[in-house]
Formats: sequence, C-alpha cells, structure tokens
Amino acid sequence: MFVINCPFCGEREQSEFKAGGEAHIVRPKQPTELSDDEWAEYLFMRKNIKGVQFERWNHAHGCRKWFNMVRDTSNDEIKAVYKMGEKPPIE
Amino acid sequence: MIRLGVNIDHVATLRNARGELHPNPVKAAKYVKKAGAHSVTIHLREDRRHINDFDAKKICSIKKLLVNLEISTNPKIVNIALKIWEGLSQELNYNVMFSQRGVMNLAHNLQDVRDLKRRTHANRLNGIDAVYLNTEQVKKFCPIINTSQDIRYPVLGGTLQRRAGTARHDAVAWGYARGADEMGVDIIQNCEVKGIKRNGDTVEGIETTKGFIKTNKIGVVAAGHSSVIANMAGLRLPLESKPLQALVSEPVKPVIDTVVMSNAVHAYVSQSDKGELVIGAGTDDYISYSQKGSHDIVEGTLNAILELYPIFSRMRMLRQWGGIVDICPDASPIISKTSIKGLYFNCGWGTGGFKATPGSGDLFAHTIANDEPHKLNAAFNINRFVSGDLVDEHGAAAVAH
Repeated sequence: MFVINCPFCGEREQSEFKAGGEAHIVRPKQPTELSDDEWAEYLFMRKNIKGVQFERWNHAHGCRKWFNMVRDTSNDEIKAVYKMGEKPPIE
Repeated sequence: MIRLGVNIDHVATLRNARGELHPNPVKAAKYVKKAGAHSVTIHLREDRRHINDFDAKKICSIKKLLVNLEISTNPKIVNIALKIWEGLSQELNYNVMFSQRGVMNLAHNLQDVRDLKRRTHANRLNGIDAVYLNTEQVKKFCPIINTSQDIRYPVLGGTLQRRAGTARHDAVAWGYARGADEMGVDIIQNCEVKGIKRNGDTVEGIETTKGFIKTNKIGVVAAGHSSVIANMAGLRLPLESKPLQALVSEPVKPVIDTVVMSNAVHAYVSQSDKGELVIGAGTDDYISYSQKGSHDIVEGTLNAILELYPIFSRMRMLRQWGGIVDICPDASPIISKTSIKGLYFNCGWGTGGFKATPGSGDLFAHTIANDEPHKLNAAFNINRFVSGDLVDEHGAAAVAH
C-alpha cells in the first residue's frame, strides 16, 4: 500500500485510485492505415517494466481526474506525479 | 489463413420462438460447413433459450467441424494436466502431495449462477465431469460455509469438480527438478539471465551471471518476469505483471476438506496437510514487481472469508505475501513461438498457472521440439493478438484473474 499525491487533491490512500497502465501510448492518427501488426502493437503490447515506469492513474474515489505518475515498480516508490498533457518531470 | 466461423445460435432461437422443428440448427451447421465454414459457434444457455442439449450433441458429432462452445479451449489443457497430475507422484517417484479433494466455486448472485451453470455445461460437453450444486448441496459438501440467505454475499449455489484438488507447490518443483536431473537436464542454480544474444531474427545464446550459454533454442517460463526477459530480446509482450496476495494461518485441526473459491468476492480457502488455512485474494490492479500488494485487497478478501466462514473469526495469520502474476488482455495463456526464431514463451497464465503445470509443460516441450505448436496449444499463440483470434474465456477453467 502506498500514498499517492493527487495533483488535484493532495495526498490520499492508494485504495482511492485506479491504475490505468502504461502512459504516453499515442493513439495512431489514422488507425485504418495501420497494418494488423502495428495495430496489435498499439492495442496490446506493453513494456511492463520492472523499474521506473511512466503510467496513468485515475482518482476514481476522489476528483475522478486522470493524471500521470512515475513509479518504480520494483519497490512501488513514487518518483513524480504530473498532470495529463504535461511533460514528464524526469527523463 | 483466414478461417470462417459462423454463429448458428439464433437458428435455434427462431425455431424455439416458432415452437416448431424448423429451422433446424443441426442442418444449419451442416449447411455452413458445406458452404466452406471451418467452425460454428453455439451458446448453450442455462435456460436453453437457444441451443438445447440434443442440438449440441448432434452438432458436436458432425465430422471435421470445429464447434466453438465459447468456453472450451482453456479447459482442454487443464483437463490434460489433471490427468497427468493423477499419475505424477508415481512417474516422478516423488510425493507431490496431490490430493483430489474437489474444488468448489461459489455463486453469489444470479449472474454467477448463470455463468457457473454455463461453464459446467461447457465442461461436460468437453468430457470434464463437473457438476452444479444448489445451496443445500453446497452446505452438505462443505458444512462450515454460512449458507444463510440474508448475508451480503449469499451462497446461491456452486460448481464442483470432484477430481480437482491441491498439490504441494514446492514438492512439485522438487519432484520435477529431480526427475529432470535424472534424465540428464543440467539445472544451474543461482544463475541469473542478464541478456539474450540475437543475430538478426535468430537467437544465439544467453548471457548469465555465470557466463555465456550458446544455444539456438530458448524456452522462457518466467511467470511474472516474462516481460523482463522479453525486453532483453527486444520483444514486447501483451502482458501486465501484478501482485497476487496470499495468506497462511496458524495450523489447526482438519476443518475444511475441500477447496472453495469464490470469484465474485475474490476468496480462496483450502487447508494444507500441516493444518494451515491457505487463503488467496484477487490481484491488485496496478503493475508491480514489489511482491507486496495493497492492504485493502487483503482486507476485502478477509471480510468475505469471515462472512462465508464465521468459524474462522479468531484464526491468526502467520504469513502474507504477494506473488507476481503475468496477465494477458484475454485472460488466457501464451504457449508460443515468437517473431524471433528459436525464442519460445510459455507465459500469461495469470493466477491459474500452477494447476496446468504438467499440461503446459508437455505442450511447451512439443512446441520447442517441433518448432510448431501441438493442436491443443495452437490457439494460444502470440499471433492471436494480431489476427484477432483472442481466447476470451474469463473464468473458463476456474481462474480468478
């Protein structure tokens, strides 16, 4: 269990949030022009990183807003939290 | 190759609505086969509103026609595994403490009842002897369950597979290790894989903490860490790794002689030979390799356990941990070749891999040896995420994730 600093509400328990998986996957502008391989790559394939990962979270039982998080998945340590559309604060 | 499957379910719906013998779904199945279809889909509902048992039997007996009962690909592998489990201690000459004490899955709402009945029918059509129990039969089979109907999760019924059960995990690992060792397999302990060497689209070997191993075939069975190994080869998999928590209580005298699962409330209970209660929760919903998991998940599971088994209210828990499970988007495993020649993956089993161990092992060995899948794991190829042939069988083999 960990505490998440929601960029809109401040620190809340993780149980208030819903994980949304890998962040910064850009939806292709013209899905119809993609090959099946490219579409599968966009839709299903994930990095599933052990280590520092950029991911999306939703404050489901709070403000219900989506935001991004940088978290080390090997020990659940949160490195940074930032709003949708903002540049990641760490590389 | 593009394959054609036709859903002929509503031919039966029409017939039933008319109250006549026409149109006939069995004939429809024969027509579509003649017209070039490779498979038909039928949906044996609990209320038999569409296809009935007689139709299903007749359609299944049409030669060279694949019948999609919608939930039957996973159970076939698990059923083969179960047959191997039955003789495994003898074969390995090692007691894996395999105990066919039955596995019961509880239904807590009307949708559970429908789903579980449907799973039972699908299993039976595949020759697997599952049965559906009503509330009284559940109570008779496992008397400590609270079957009162005014609780938050009342027991409305459940499925029972009497040949299912438990085995001791570490005994299975040791038994297999000893068996493999006797057959000449080198097992290198404390040796971490650090990289996979590729030459173009072919594997050449693996880098380890103890040096380089040259090989043209690599079979990866790394469970929750499958993606980590895949990344070493520059490959991405359709997996997310999540914590799955379990707890073990202090040992007590025998109190529960079966395995009871409840997917609606995410609670698993059985009792080990040492007398400890083994309790399993559902997965956490975020990616993590931390082997911890969240407290609220455990709390939710224990709330459900205490309501279903008030007798456990004063049990003390000795240990709690989180294992890492790799989950596919369609909740079915991958036993497959990859786009890299010589690299094979057996992964994506999520919370349900252990029971399939012997079956998945045999099929994976077949796939590696022949560079082609066995017909039983052909559907579990990684290319299904490209072709769209997903094996969407959530809960088909009583898997909770």
